[in-house]
Amino acid sequence: MSVPRIRWHIIVFLAPAVLVYTAVMIFPLFNTLRLALYSEVEQARVFVGLENFRTLFFDPIWSEQFWNALGNNFWFFLIHMLVQNPIGVALAAILSHPRLRFAALYRSAIFIPTILSFVIVGFAWKLILSPIWGIAPSMLDAVGLKFLFAPWLGKEEYALTTLALVSVWQFVGIPMMLIYAALLSIPEEILEAGELDGITGLSAFWKVKLPLILPSIGIISILTFVGNFNAFDLIYVAQGALAGPNFSTDILGTFMYRTFFGFQLQLGDPHMGSAIAGAMFAIILVGVCIYLFGIQTRMRRYQL
Amino acid sequence: MTRNTLKLALAAMGLVATGAQAQDVTLTIESWRNDDLALWQQEIIPAFEAEHSGIKVIFSPSAPTEYNAALNSKLDAGSAGDIITCRPFDASLALFEAGHLTDLDDMEAMNNFSEVAKSAWQTDDGSATFCVPMASVIHGFIYNADAFAELGIEVPETEAEFFAALDKIKEDGSYIPMAMGTNDQWEAATMGYNNIGPNYWKGEEGRRALIAGEQKLTDAAWVAPYEALAKWGDYLGDGYEAQTYPDSQNLFTLGRAAIYPAGSWEIAGFNAQADFAMGAFKPPVRNAGDTCYISDHTDIGIGMNAATANSEAARTFLAWVGSPEFASIFGNALPGFFPLSNTPVELTDPLAKEFVSWRGECESTIRSTYQILSRGTPNLENETWGASVAAIKGTSSPAELGQKLQDGLASWYAPQQ
Repeated sequence: MSVPRIRWHIIVFLAPAVLVYTAVMIFPLFNTLRLALYSEVEQARVFVGLENFRTLFFDPIWSEQFWNALGNNFWFFLIHMLVQNPIGVALAAILSHPRLRFAALYRSAIFIPTILSFVIVGFAWKLILSPIWGIAPSMLDAVGLKFLFAPWLGKEEYALTTLALVSVWQFVGIPMMLIYAALLSIPEEILEAGELDGITGLSAFWKVKLPLILPSIGIISILTFVGNFNAFDLIYVAQGALAGPNFSTDILGTFMYRTFFGFQLQLGDPHMGSAIAGAMFAIILVGVCIYLFGIQTRMRRYQL
Repeated sequence: MTRNTLKLALAAMGLVATGAQAQDVTLTIESWRNDDLALWQQEIIPAFEAEHSGIKVIFSPSAPTEYNAALNSKLDAGSAGDIITCRPFDASLALFEAGHLTDLDDMEAMNNFSEVAKSAWQTDDGSATFCVPMASVIHGFIYNADAFAELGIEVPETEAEFFAALDKIKEDGSYIPMAMGTNDQWEAATMGYNNIGPNYWKGEEGRRALIAGEQKLTDAAWVAPYEALAKWGDYLGDGYEAQTYPDSQNLFTLGRAAIYPAGSWEIAGFNAQADFAMGAFKPPVRNAGDTCYISDHTDIGIGMNAATANSEAARTFLAWVGSPEFASIFGNALPGFFPLSNTPVELTDPLAKEFVSWRGECESTIRSTYQILSRGTPNLENETWGASVAAIKGTSSPAELGQKLQDGLASWYAPQQ
């Protein structure tokens, strides 16, 4: 029996990625989780175990903010799932239609907002929707629908939905591109076989294409989930760290930022901030696990 | 071991570096006022260096939003400048308690400042003062004087006159009565609640009583400003809920609004932007003849890094900052940031002069939420932003808001329990 040979080349080839990834991702992640177990008392860091999490979940002052942010986060995610992804799939289906003219132009135009910075998107939409200088009120006025206009970003009941839709506008290009690629990879023979069986047009989409792109839709859903629960930039740019009006647009990212770094007179508390970051990590981890083990393993894959 | 070698090497380099310019001491100032860079380089520093040969001064500002975090890390790493520009209250107090700022109580220049001026940079018991007060900002209302003349409106003195004037502007319809939005939230608290509030809670008297736990935020004096704010909503422009701070500034300087609830820091910008005559009036009192109170908020101080190697030179510089000469240069170069020294400063800007003249007529106080009361969670200042917005929008009644703030404060602040 021979001693299994250590295959050095594997270690050597993996080393750069593992080292860099450990230094910039894994170590900071675990250090943040560790930070959540401490607190600062009289200028000294003391170990408090899970006390910060107890405060976060059970102290009414903190838990109210936490559940509010989490609820808003779910709403933000729901809008993306209900609006962004179906629109993305529909756009991809239309774009992949062989007889559509200027497909490349549409594809680029729809994808461009994705590469814009959040700062530009947030600022541009704030201007568009501004009741004072914005073009939204005058455009609605031009078609006689001025009464429909409201200062959406300033109203508690609309602000979060408005921002979610702005984010949808920005990112609809991503599901579109992924689905578009998946649709293009469907071999012609399958579609032709369907046609011979009398499945054409819309029913070809529902009965042949959709089942084949389901795995891609699953990936998009999980990307949306992770992206939304990590979201911060757009809300911060548009509404500031207090996520107004009256915390109606506060999501976990802004809540964590405000707590960790402090805001105005509120001094930063890295320990509570880390606890929130830890909670965010757990939520995302659970979500991804549910997908990986609950959905993806059961999803039927078709050999193309 | 390696660390020690490194330290030695650095020390050796430091010796060589200082040896090269043995007679000159260089002081570096940390600040968040990057807007004022030119002013420091062209006016303040030359004036100081002309009188004090042998001391060179470098003004090294960072962006306002990054200042606190950057300064903290520099201080911890030992690389911060000799002179530290101080934010008011807890941010600087935390630095003092961590041993980064020096107690300056023994400096003679400190006698040039009133107790209110110093309160922003003192320990809670007032036993140590760690920054020299530099400037304050005063709250009030700036108005479009041309619009007032056109509509025949007198400058309001009392609350009744104030709302009468607003009604008249609204009736006429050519101007938005008041330019303020609630989108950014802070204006509602800073230019709303803390602007008009001191007249209700009698300035320092009420503020100190609140800190001592003798008054509550549910008392009439603290709820009444919300009742006044609740009436403001009708006079703000269409869609004020989504109107931002720059929107309000632009509405006013473009001449579309008649009154702007202001802080004096707007003066320089408004002078440059507006092409109509402007005036200012102080927060209206409730009844004619009442004592008036103004928010004369301590905003900038300057202190010494406890770890500096040039403490003698730094003290010389701070003493000069505390002198009337500095006050006069600073006050005139930055209209709207008023020097805090007891010696009156002759200002040339008419709008700034109007603001500062109120100091002689009214009692000064600072923003009610800044000292001590915003130390815990929930943060009273941030809560006040939300409450002031809610009052203006009418989403909660003033009494409910008072109760909510009181509950929040009482949850962590012992004297209020």
